[in-house]
Amino acid sequence: MRFRLRETTLQPPANLTPSTGGIVVRFAGDSGDGIQLSGMRLTMAAALGGKGVSTLPDFPAEIRAPAGTTYGVSAFQLRVGEGEVLTPGDTPDVLVAFNPASLKTNISDLDRNGLLVVDSGTFTARSLKKAGYDDNPLEADSLNGVRTLTPDITRHTIDAVKEFDLGQKGSLRCRNMWAVGLTLWLLDRDTSEAEHWIRNRFGDTPVGNANLAALKAGHAYGETTELPGLDLLQTREAPHDWAPGEYRTITGAEALAFGLAAAAERTGLDIVFCAYPITPASTLLHQLSAMRRRNVLTFQAEDEIGAACAAIGASYGGALGVTSSSGPGISLKAEALGLAVAVELPLVVVNSQRAGPSTGMPTKTEQADLLQALYGRHGEAPLVVLAPRSPSDCYTTAIEAAGIAIRHMTPVMILSDAFIASTSEPWRLPEPVISGSEAVEFRTDPEGFEPFARDPDTLARAWVKPGTPGLEHRIGGLEKSAGSGGISYDPDNHQIMNDARIAKVAQVACALPPAAAEGPEDASLCVVTWGSTFGVAREALAHCRATGTVAAHIHLRHLHPLPANLGDLLASYRRILVPEVNSGQLVRVLRDRFLVDAESLPKVTGKPFRVDELIGAIEARAKTVS
Amino acid sequence: MNAPVRVARDYESGQEVRWCPGCGDYAILRAVQKTLAELDADPSNTVFVSGIGCAARLPYYLATYGFHTIHGRAPAIATGLKLANPELDVWLVTGDGDGLSIGAGHLLHLLRRNLNCQLLLFNNEAYGLTKGQYSPTSRIGTVTPSSPAGSVGDPVSACRFALGSGARFVARGIDTRIAELQATLSAAHAFPGTAFVEILQNCIVYNDGVFADFTERSVAAERQIHVVHGEPLRFGPDLNRGLILDRDAFALRAVSVGADGVPEQEVLVHDQTNRALATLLATMEGPDLPLAVGVLFAEEGPVFEVAVRDQVEERGHLPLSDLLRRTSTWKVSP
Repeated sequence: MRFRLRETTLQPPANLTPSTGGIVVRFAGDSGDGIQLSGMRLTMAAALGGKGVSTLPDFPAEIRAPAGTTYGVSAFQLRVGEGEVLTPGDTPDVLVAFNPASLKTNISDLDRNGLLVVDSGTFTARSLKKAGYDDNPLEADSLNGVRTLTPDITRHTIDAVKEFDLGQKGSLRCRNMWAVGLTLWLLDRDTSEAEHWIRNRFGDTPVGNANLAALKAGHAYGETTELPGLDLLQTREAPHDWAPGEYRTITGAEALAFGLAAAAERTGLDIVFCAYPITPASTLLHQLSAMRRRNVLTFQAEDEIGAACAAIGASYGGALGVTSSSGPGISLKAEALGLAVAVELPLVVVNSQRAGPSTGMPTKTEQADLLQALYGRHGEAPLVVLAPRSPSDCYTTAIEAAGIAIRHMTPVMILSDAFIASTSEPWRLPEPVISGSEAVEFRTDPEGFEPFARDPDTLARAWVKPGTPGLEHRIGGLEKSAGSGGISYDPDNHQIMNDARIAKVAQVACALPPAAAEGPEDASLCVVTWGSTFGVAREALAHCRATGTVAAHIHLRHLHPLPANLGDLLASYRRILVPEVNSGQLVRVLRDRFLVDAESLPKVTGKPFRVDELIGAIEARAKTVS
Repeated sequence: MNAPVRVARDYESGQEVRWCPGCGDYAILRAVQKTLAELDADPSNTVFVSGIGCAARLPYYLATYGFHTIHGRAPAIATGLKLANPELDVWLVTGDGDGLSIGAGHLLHLLRRNLNCQLLLFNNEAYGLTKGQYSPTSRIGTVTPSSPAGSVGDPVSACRFALGSGARFVARGIDTRIAELQATLSAAHAFPGTAFVEILQNCIVYNDGVFADFTERSVAAERQIHVVHGEPLRFGPDLNRGLILDRDAFALRAVSVGADGVPEQEVLVHDQTNRALATLLATMEGPDLPLAVGVLFAEEGPVFEVAVRDQVEERGHLPLSDLLRRTSTWKVSP
């Protein structure tokens, strides 16, 4: 097979300027309050102003929880700063609470020096009771002296939109835009992006005009009342020079979808994406189902096993089969993945990890499926495992996964997670994809054809499409004779085939860039991360360096096979710390593979690490090694 | 100019056939090879996909493309295959355990989706490859290593399962009636959509003679009815028996036809587009009713992979660079 990857195009940017400051804003309210939408307007306004931004939506698990209840609270957090904002922030500096329930569930997170904005108009006896408050917290002095603004957003909004005759319910729907207007003023941003968006979305309609009016009224409220606390909102960071180019914001699910579509274009193959609905992986199914691309097909299968098998069938037919799920679904696919390993067909498997075991916490994030990805199949069944480090990195990871799957005729698993799938960040649009730039050549020559003969470089067998004259052959899950592919129970042959399948996957490492440490060369402590822990670790290390703590950082994108130089690189540090959102999985792999005394920093709360948690852990260990 | 006509032998893969001597699978394999020859099927465009079990070994013995997959999952694999390449001529091979137990969920969805393929379900009312346990089609009381006191629980009827799942082509064949089976396979092949064919197959080792009540030469004519669309539902050595509708019982009844029995015109005429009739035919089991063989039901409908491809075409095709910009973007100048 002449298919070759251009590895250089697939690396995420090496140099980052992590923002260590900035402002964290959280909107919280009822599911129906338009919280997510408001958050995106603030995000876009900040991004258009040249700021870095990272967002974290937080939906309730219930689809339509009763209004006003604590379990129906929806939140959206964003952090705005200069440079690469790698995390959505530990604690909000500004909390905008739309009702008592959202105040109750979010107030404990607010920074002690932060600013609380509440819609006092919603603090009625009834809604206080619904939220479980005995007394009105705004009057009872139970907010521990947090600086609080209590505009009656409900009343102000109704007044602002009165002329559009939307009725009580319609008027209240504009409340979120009033709050966006106020927050934009607090952030020293104008309302032009939000205005543009409202115009595009609603046109010149009463609803559109009412939303515009609410937005402007909220902004004007900030200006005319000369709100306190602006000093708090100075970012105190030097403006960042962004690389020239065109930008947009992107979530991990969006970037995976675009990456898969780009892979289809580059390889000239159809993508057949097969999935069964599951949180939080379904977003990818939706993205691809809506994508207007002739070479992207989606198939909602009858179950997880059916999805994996249909993807294998698609690859057998000469398309690139992709299947996607979250932990429980990946467990169900395990037998099928073994088949893909045995018949040596390309397959991309996306696991948007969530908190387990079993149903666990479907909307919460975790990195606890690494060992499953590496070892979770019967028999010796190696496959390639990659993990994106950020939403935008999902784009390149998808392209790389597809390339490896095709080049080595192997399943490749992408370990994304609930956090990466839903968080968003600015993304410089990639170079245009060139159609057929990595075109796949299927085997068509019957001369000397053997289904399980191997390419000397990649150790891959040839990919043959059924329909090709003269190459009719049979494949299956039974052990095959090396070369001919006939059924074989020969002991020596089984050893040879197992060795070959393992060597083929190991061979992938030859084309990988070497692992590299970021940070001071004299560091004795090295932090090793994978997947979505990248951002928080990089930001924590930037803090540490600013305060004189010396530590290096190795981030692993390729988890199987590992980069060839990793053992030597790790051996150059006296102390290795491995923070993971699991009970210590990569750390076991590193200890097992390299006999290094790597230390685990585990966390399984369903939430990503906080920056301050990592700073503390790094500082404590850096002292003991220096 | 006509291509040289292929013969059954051209579809033999050369792999040594490893079923037990005397197994009904040999006859079915032969019928498949002869049918392929009769259709002059292009081996390079033909794919046999199977699950696990004795039946699932069939693809190894055919000189076409073949994929021996995992237990129960052939329908899902075939669905992906046809989505990738709708032009392929795809046959599925399954058994009573593979198709109606571990893979019943996939089979149901294959049938309701109406993927264009042929599905052959070898029913021997036993698990053969795992050494003789009772299967979902075993009759109550079947004594096996896993049911020494006899199996409990009603068996599933393969054809009724198919009809209930919304299959648009349902047929039955017998491993001892190869000529009829070939005709049924040809009809299945001609059908645009999922063609479900149950084949009663004798397992000589674990369930020998389980269908003897219907298949023994001495009783075959009395106990089998070979249904043909548009023809009266008659059977018996001299076609002296027929099926009528017992309106009170809402069921079929076997009667003598002619001088001693009911008039000829009262005998039901087979209408393969009538799902209710097909269900009644599929339900017939001894001793008072014959076993229905042949095409019980066939009614064309939308084909899954065609509908999916049509939607993709309709959805249109935008350049990737446009798709990336279907949201607000901003530019940073050098």
